[in-house]
Amino acid sequence: MVAVRIIPCLDVRDGRVVKGVRFRNHRDMGDIVALAERYRDAGADELVFYDITASPQKRSVDVEWVERVAAAIDIPFCVAGGIRDVATARAVLHAGADKISVNSPALERPDLVTELADAFGSQCVVVGIDSIRDGDELRVRQYTGDPDNMVDPRRDTASWVDEVQRLGAGEIVLNCMDADGVRTGYDIDQLAAMRKRCRVPLIASGGAGAPEHFLEVFQQADVDGALAATVFHSGQIAIPDLKAWLSDHDVQVRV
Amino acid sequence: MTISIIDSGGANIGSVVHALGRLGVESVLTRDAEEIRAASHVILPGVGVAASAMAALREAKLVEVIRSLTQPVLGICLGLQLLYESSDEGGVECLGILPGRVKRLAGGEGLRLPHMGWNRLSWRQDDPLARGLEGSEWFYFVHSFAAPTDHAVATAAHGQTFAAVVRHGNFAACQFHPEKSAGPGARILRNFLGQPR
Repeated sequence: MVAVRIIPCLDVRDGRVVKGVRFRNHRDMGDIVALAERYRDAGADELVFYDITASPQKRSVDVEWVERVAAAIDIPFCVAGGIRDVATARAVLHAGADKISVNSPALERPDLVTELADAFGSQCVVVGIDSIRDGDELRVRQYTGDPDNMVDPRRDTASWVDEVQRLGAGEIVLNCMDADGVRTGYDIDQLAAMRKRCRVPLIASGGAGAPEHFLEVFQQADVDGALAATVFHSGQIAIPDLKAWLSDHDVQVRV
Repeated sequence: MTISIIDSGGANIGSVVHALGRLGVESVLTRDAEEIRAASHVILPGVGVAASAMAALREAKLVEVIRSLTQPVLGICLGLQLLYESSDEGGVECLGILPGRVKRLAGGEGLRLPHMGWNRLSWRQDDPLARGLEGSEWFYFVHSFAAPTDHAVATAAHGQTFAAVVRHGNFAACQFHPEKSAGPGARILRNFLGQPR
């Protein structure tokens, strides 16, 4: 049986790892390779690197740091940020990334998802979705890396989850923006609702603050992986302890 | 030791070069028949689609070259699937080194496709690739198609059971990615490189 995945997310800005609260006030967290190696050694199952400045500035992701990470670590990693064509995706994958994740560019041009899946196979293509509560509705947000330029692409989360799977997405990372960075737990209701629509792997993002939050999201929302940043970067949760604890609670983890 | 990694045009072939680099071993990414024949070890990697990988191998006139190799050959992921006669992925004829057809994983209730993540193996017989492994290790898989278990020395399960490691003389292959499977994956690669030509 496949294990659930514990996935530290490293937001990258100008080649450094940063972290903000509710997508603002970014603080420097350290060198990419040093952090990647630390998480690999701690037993992270996968890493996600978001170049948070690439997409709003319409820049491509910088392949140089991708190559440095690929040379250093022997666990899978995904690169996101500013990938808006097959050629850029190919450069990132050839630099050693296992998957590429598209978010804002897929909203700009949904056919991009199909082009990437046709070129590399769906297993390489992750679609990241930033979802926010708007009254009773779940709505998608675009260019969330830069709050001043954030856009409402006029899509509801559920229909976008359906559409990206039809277009060829091999995995979905659902970032629940209301929960992001505030450590009060994953948005279980939202994730459980999207899980029902999602036949590809679904990764929960936003809100992890305690080991119990990971247990809840695996048991109640049946996600395939849980992504977190703050609790890992701060050292508040040590991945080996978290995995041992989840294992004690009958969650299948790689230990 | 000279290691050729066959460039089948797929994605993230670079990570195999990096993995060998971490073991202190240099390798070349190539489509050159002479270079591949002369190598002490040959790796056939691949993330991508069977039909396009086979088209790339045919265009480079490598199908017969690969079939006639006598040194240790290691297929990885799609590289395992290409060893079979054919694949449902694009309905394509493959290398035919192993009998049988690669088929799409059936999936089912609670089984997401692609099969993506860390899973364990069930070893059915000993193999040089398994040296030093206890058998309970986790390996990283990412695939939607899978090979029959007839020539499997190890299997894995995602609803159905499929070939995880296969062996046919000098040809071996893993459905998982040893280059992305942390310590146990590095051990598989070291074991492969330890096999004499």
